[in-house]
Amino acid sequence: MSGVTRFPARATGPAERMAGFMAHLRLNGLAAGVDGTATALAAAARVDPTDPGQLRLALKAVCAGTRDEADRFDDLFAAWWLNRGRERAGAGPGKTAEPRRRSPFVTEALSALGRGQADRPEGGEGAADQSGEGRLVGARVARLDRTDLRDLVSPEDIAEAEATARRIAQAIRDRRARRFRADRRGARVDLRRTLRASVATGGEPLRLFRRTRPDRPANIVALCDVSGSMTVYARVFLSFLKGLIGADFRADAYLFHTRLVRITDALRDPDPLRAVNRLSLMAQGFGGGTRIGGALAAFNRGHAKARVNGRSVVIVLSDGYDTDPPGMIGAELARLRKRGCRIVWLNPLLGWRDYAPVARGMAAALPHLDHFAAANTLAALAALEPELARL
Amino acid sequence: MTGGAAALQAQLSGAGYVASDELAMALYLALELERPLLLEGAAGVGKTEVAKVLAALKSAPLIRLQCYEGLDASHAIYEWNYQRQLLAIRAAGESGAAGPGLEARIFSEDYLLERPLLQAIRQAVPPVLLIDEIDRADEEFEAYLLEILSDFTISIPELGTIHATARPHVILTSNGTRDLSDALRRRCIYAYVEYPDPATELAILEKRHPGLEPRLAAQIVGFVQALRREDLDKVPGVAETLDFAAAVSGLGVADLTDDPGTLQAALVTLLKTQADRARVPSEVAQRLAGRAA
Repeated sequence: MSGVTRFPARATGPAERMAGFMAHLRLNGLAAGVDGTATALAAAARVDPTDPGQLRLALKAVCAGTRDEADRFDDLFAAWWLNRGRERAGAGPGKTAEPRRRSPFVTEALSALGRGQADRPEGGEGAADQSGEGRLVGARVARLDRTDLRDLVSPEDIAEAEATARRIAQAIRDRRARRFRADRRGARVDLRRTLRASVATGGEPLRLFRRTRPDRPANIVALCDVSGSMTVYARVFLSFLKGLIGADFRADAYLFHTRLVRITDALRDPDPLRAVNRLSLMAQGFGGGTRIGGALAAFNRGHAKARVNGRSVVIVLSDGYDTDPPGMIGAELARLRKRGCRIVWLNPLLGWRDYAPVARGMAAALPHLDHFAAANTLAALAALEPELARL
Repeated sequence: MTGGAAALQAQLSGAGYVASDELAMALYLALELERPLLLEGAAGVGKTEVAKVLAALKSAPLIRLQCYEGLDASHAIYEWNYQRQLLAIRAAGESGAAGPGLEARIFSEDYLLERPLLQAIRQAVPPVLLIDEIDRADEEFEAYLLEILSDFTISIPELGTIHATARPHVILTSNGTRDLSDALRRRCIYAYVEYPDPATELAILEKRHPGLEPRLAAQIVGFVQALRREDLDKVPGVAETLDFAAAVSGLGVADLTDDPGTLQAALVTLLKTQADRARVPSEVAQRLAGRAA
C-alpha cells in the first residue's frame, strides 16, 4: 500500500481522533482551520462526549460555517465517527488520506486540470479500495456514469476566458452608490468632519473635507444552460464562468438543465481537483433536456431573494430551447426584473447567419431583456464588452 | 439533549423562546467558549429574538447595532460631540478662560458620543451585543469588526486605548445577501436557523399566545405550514404566524374554515406582497385551511 499513514483509524487519544476528523472535513471541502482542532476539543469537553448526538451538534456549531456546510456536516460526522459510508474493503488497518492541499501532486494536477486525469488517488485505484479513508463512498462511485466536465475545460480556454471575463466584469461594474464617503476631490463638503477639524483651529474651518458618492461594483450573477442543445458551447461557457468567478469575488454562478445548481463554491474551491470533482457531481443530468422556465422559477424562489438586488446584472447563457410552457420564461423573467436587476441574455445561436429568435421561449423572453447578444465563441464574448458597459 | 445545552434550552423556553437543539447547542458553546455566534436564516425565523431573550435571561443590557450599507466607524464606534466642543471653545474664548486646560477638557468623556460598539465594551456587566444583518455592511466594516471582536479594545487617538471592562456576548445575524468573509465565519460559532417544524411552531404559539384554544392553534400552525409550501415571493416567518394568530383570535374566529371572508382579511398579516395575495385567493386559502383542520 502506498500513501502515508498519519492517523490510524483507531487512534488512541481523543486529540488525535479530532485532528483526523478535521483533516477529514478539510478533505471534503469544509474550511476547518488549524485552530479548529483546539476549538473543537474545547467544545467537545463541554458536552457529554459519549453521546454522539450531543457531540455532533457541538462540532457542527464549531466546524460548519455556511448553510451548505451545515447540511453536509451530519453525513461527514457519521462517516468519520460512526464508520458509516466509509470504504472498508481492505481487512488491514485503515488509513486516512493525507490532506492533499498544496502537495506537489496538486501543483502538477493544477496544470493538468482538464486533461481527464484529475482525481487519481496516490497509488492508483487499488490503493483507494484498500484504504479506509473517511470520504463518502457515494461521492466516488456514483460519479463514473456521469458526463465529466473535465474534458470540457482546457488550460488555454481558462486563461482566455478569465481575461475576457475580467474585462467584462470591469465593464459592467460601476454604479453610483447612494451614500457618501470621504474623498479628497469630492463634490460636497463634509460639514461634520470639517467642523470637527475646526475645533483644533478655534472654530475656524480652515481645512475643508469633502465627500462623494463612490462607485460601487455591480454583482454579476450568471446562469448557464448546460442542456443537450448547448453541449458544444459548454466548454466556452464554463471557462467563462470560471473566469468570472475568479475575477470578481462577488460574482455568483449557476448551472441549469432540468434542475438549477449553484456552482460558485465549486468554482472557487482553491483545490482544483476537488473543484472538478464537485462540478462533475453537480453536472448530473448534464446534456439532457432543458427547463429554462423551471430553472428561473427555482432561482427566483431561492437564490434570487438573497443575491439579486438593484445592483445586480443577471447574465443568462442559453439558446432558449425550452420544454416548459413558453409563457413561464416571460413570467419568471418579469418577476426577476422586479428585483431591479438588469438582465442580459447571451444566445450562441444569434451568432448564426439568418437566425431569428423564433423559439417560443426566446420570443417570450425578449421583452424583458436589457441586452440580447450573440455568444458562440470567446471572441464574441469579448466583443460584448463595450455593449455591456453601456447598460 | 442533556447537560448545559439542555439546561440553556429549558431556560430559553422559560423566557418564551423555543430553540431547536442545534441552536441551543450553538448558543451554549458560544457562551462557554466566549466566541461570537453567527446566525443565518431567512427573514422572520427569530434570529434577532435570540439576542433579546438572551439579554433577558442574563438580565444584561441589550446593545444593538443595525448594519446598513455605508455604516462607518463614526456610527458604529464613537464620535466627538463637535457642536458641544465648539460651544465650549466659544464660551471659553469669551470668558477669557481659553488655555491649555481647554483642550484636555473638550476631549474628555463628557464630549464623547458612545456608539454601540464602544458602549458594549464599557458596561459593568457583560451585555449582549447584537450586530444585526452584518451582510448589509460593507466588507471594510466587516474587517474592522473582526479586529474588535478578537481583542475587544478600541483606540481613540485623543483618549488612548479603551479596554473592555466586560466581554460582551456577541450575536451576529445575516440574511445571506452576500457571502461573509471566511475569516469572520472561522471566528464564529455558526448555526443556521430554519423555519420551525409544526411541533416547534405550535410550542412557540402556545408560549406567546397562551390563551389560544389548542384546536385553533393547531389549525393555525397547519395553515401557515401549508402556506410556506406554496409558491410565494415572501414566505411568512414565525413573527407573521404570531401576528396571524393574534388577528384570528382578535377577530373572534373559532375555526379557520368557518368564515372565508374573515380568513381572507386576516391573511394581510401573512402575505405581504400584491403577487402573493393574488396567488392565494379565497378558494386556495379555504383548501389549505380545510386540510389543516
